[in-house]
Amino acid sequence: MTDPHPHKAPTRRQILTRIGTLAGSAALYQAMTTMGHAQGTDFTAPPVLSGAKRGTRVLVLGAGLAGMLSAYELRKAGYAVQVLEFQGRSGGRNISLRGGDTVTELGGAVQKVGFASGNYINPGPWRIPYHHQGLLHYCREFGVELEPFVELNHNSWLHSSTAFDGKPVRYREFSSDFTGFTAELLGKAIDQHRLDDVMGADERAHLRTAMEQWGGLDPDLAYRKGDTSSLRRGYTRPQGGGIEGAPIPSDPFARKDVLRSGLWTWMAFHERLEMQTTMFQPVGGMDMIGRGFNRQVHDLITLNCKVTSIRQDDHGVRVMYNDMNHGGVVRQAQADYCVCTIPLSILSQLDVQVSAPLKAAIMAVPYASSVKMGMEFRRRFWEEDDQIYGGISYTDQPISQIAYPSHGYFSRGPAVLLGGYMFGPAAFDFAGMTPQARLEQALAQGEVLHPGTYRKEFSNGVSLAWSRVPWALGCCSMWSEQARKTHYKTLCTMDNRIVLAGEHASYVGCWQEGAILSALDAVTQLHKRAQGAS
Amino acid sequence: MRRIVLLSTLLALPLLAPPGTAHADSASAFEGAVQPMTTGEDVYHHVCQSCHMPDGKGAMGAGAQFPALAGNAKLQASAYPIYVIMNGYGGMPWFSEMLTDQQIANVVAYIRTHFGNNYTDPVTPTEVTPQRPAIPPKEIY
Ligand SMILES: Cc1cc2nc3c(=O)[nH]c(=O)nc-3n(C[C@H](O)[C@H](O)[C@H](O)COP(=O)(O)OP(=O)(O)OC[C@H]3O[C@@H](n4cnc5c(N)ncnc54)[C@H](O)[C@@H]3O)c2cc1C
Repeated sequence: MTDPHPHKAPTRRQILTRIGTLAGSAALYQAMTTMGHAQGTDFTAPPVLSGAKRGTRVLVLGAGLAGMLSAYELRKAGYAVQVLEFQGRSGGRNISLRGGDTVTELGGAVQKVGFASGNYINPGPWRIPYHHQGLLHYCREFGVELEPFVELNHNSWLHSSTAFDGKPVRYREFSSDFTGFTAELLGKAIDQHRLDDVMGADERAHLRTAMEQWGGLDPDLAYRKGDTSSLRRGYTRPQGGGIEGAPIPSDPFARKDVLRSGLWTWMAFHERLEMQTTMFQPVGGMDMIGRGFNRQVHDLITLNCKVTSIRQDDHGVRVMYNDMNHGGVVRQAQADYCVCTIPLSILSQLDVQVSAPLKAAIMAVPYASSVKMGMEFRRRFWEEDDQIYGGISYTDQPISQIAYPSHGYFSRGPAVLLGGYMFGPAAFDFAGMTPQARLEQALAQGEVLHPGTYRKEFSNGVSLAWSRVPWALGCCSMWSEQARKTHYKTLCTMDNRIVLAGEHASYVGCWQEGAILSALDAVTQLHKRAQGAS
Repeated sequence: MRRIVLLSTLLALPLLAPPGTAHADSASAFEGAVQPMTTGEDVYHHVCQSCHMPDGKGAMGAGAQFPALAGNAKLQASAYPIYVIMNGYGGMPWFSEMLTDQQIANVVAYIRTHFGNNYTDPVTPTEVTPQRPAIPPKEIY
């Protein structure tokens, strides 16, 4: 309905002042955060760079998101930009795999992806927090369509090999029981005067009421079988219609089993700022972002160039590379400045002429190992049989999780899920296996979560072991506290004519946002340096 | 990798590495469990060969490599591989959290006597322990 006498909408500032006077500063602070002051990363707006000295040349090394964004912003500012990229594609770790793609890993194993047309797996980045505003800004600017990524699904499975007889339990059953029993214990503590020393009568009364609501407790503060608990954890026989429509409540698990299971770890996980709703994914595959960036700068990129050395002096930067389009012949590229986005796992082994402290910084950051499995099944049995629409099931087996697609719900025909996503010991272990052995393990472990169907409906699969990716030699940078203290600022500071960018040059490591924010900082430094050198 | 604080009961579970979080999106992810690794060969299989390859010959990537252990003269003195495994080197992560002194001794002995290497002097945990960094590296954000 339209208002025939629209008031002039109050400005944001007017609203805040009003709230401040009415409710005091705590409420004002609360309102400011909810009205959109930065809570996630520190992006507000892209830098506005302009007026580059005509003909100033910049070489960008690597055509991942950091490299392509650097190229985009620098060209806009007036620089003559050239990008050199090792692979025959741009996008870097922003990648999706589809039927017909080939994965060749270090060690020589070759996998041909056999997915049906239209299906894909995101073997690297796969989800975007709503507060990664830098990345989201450019997705919008470059026309990349986004859709919700379902992170938390109350109907997914949680599985521990040593709890609940090794059988998976529903997230909703477990989380209801965990919350219910915790609330019950706190309620008891209040009623038995155990918290009298800690809080006053007023606060105890509030907490008591809160526990009843939050925990799904009966009025006597008990968490027990009945409608209150079943309306959270689900009924044994669900609510129906007609004569036999009455539901039958379900039995909560035993409290000691809930507590010793360790499954609460996975409840806590979804509470992290980075995993909170709403999360996003590009429609059609994560590489739609890389493609969006590529549309802006493809004319600046030369593919199949293996950079081997980066040197600089008072006059400029000289980069040597093997031109793989021409049998690896050695070529040289020159420029006034360089933005280098090559992952440190590789850069630390190249011949790079920078100050000793920057060299030490480049050497100080190891790369984590990670493996992801994309598996195609003949039908969406997780939807059809289990009513799981998107989200993640967790297990303490090496595969650690199964994530169901957040798109294509209810469609018939084959679909792809993430059949394993490993870090740490399990990632090393899986990376060391042949692709066939990885699939076999993933099938055996997945069968525990979906007994009777997983193997039966399996069609084909692919794995990406990031430590065996020739152009990454690992998943992402892994900063130790000491290394951050000693080396981080040096790593990010322009060294004469060379500045580094990439997820490794950020506090948002292993997120695409880190690549974006570091690139924006790098081009800003470069521009300042170049203007100063007039 | 970053670990969540654990209850001691969880530590007693057989075969399983405790669930822990790694960083960033990985922050997202959980470390999966892995087998117990009682021999040097086990450790090599389940950890090292992911990069150094089953034949110990390493691999060549985009102008950078995983160095070969086969015929590697740096393995002559066991102190060197022990140091690198404890502290990491360049892109190679530290393993001081993941492996015990005994496991490190076992795997160092293994790589020094395989892949064409023939350094047969024994390696014991007593050589490994002193190399454990006083403040072990911990991952942060
Ligand atoms: C398993 C996994 C899961 C992830 N999950 C998420 C997620 O859910 N959400 C999210 O936002 N982020 C996620 N990330 C992180 C995200 O992928 C990265 O932070 C981001 O893509 C890094 O971009 P970059 O430009 O810094 O580096 P890259 O994309 O790696 O770009 C570097 C480029 O340099 C090139 N290069 C390397 N060597 C040379 C050479 N010698 N000469 C020339 N070029 C060279 C490479 O080919 C590459 O194209 C994930 C990453 C991984 C691996």
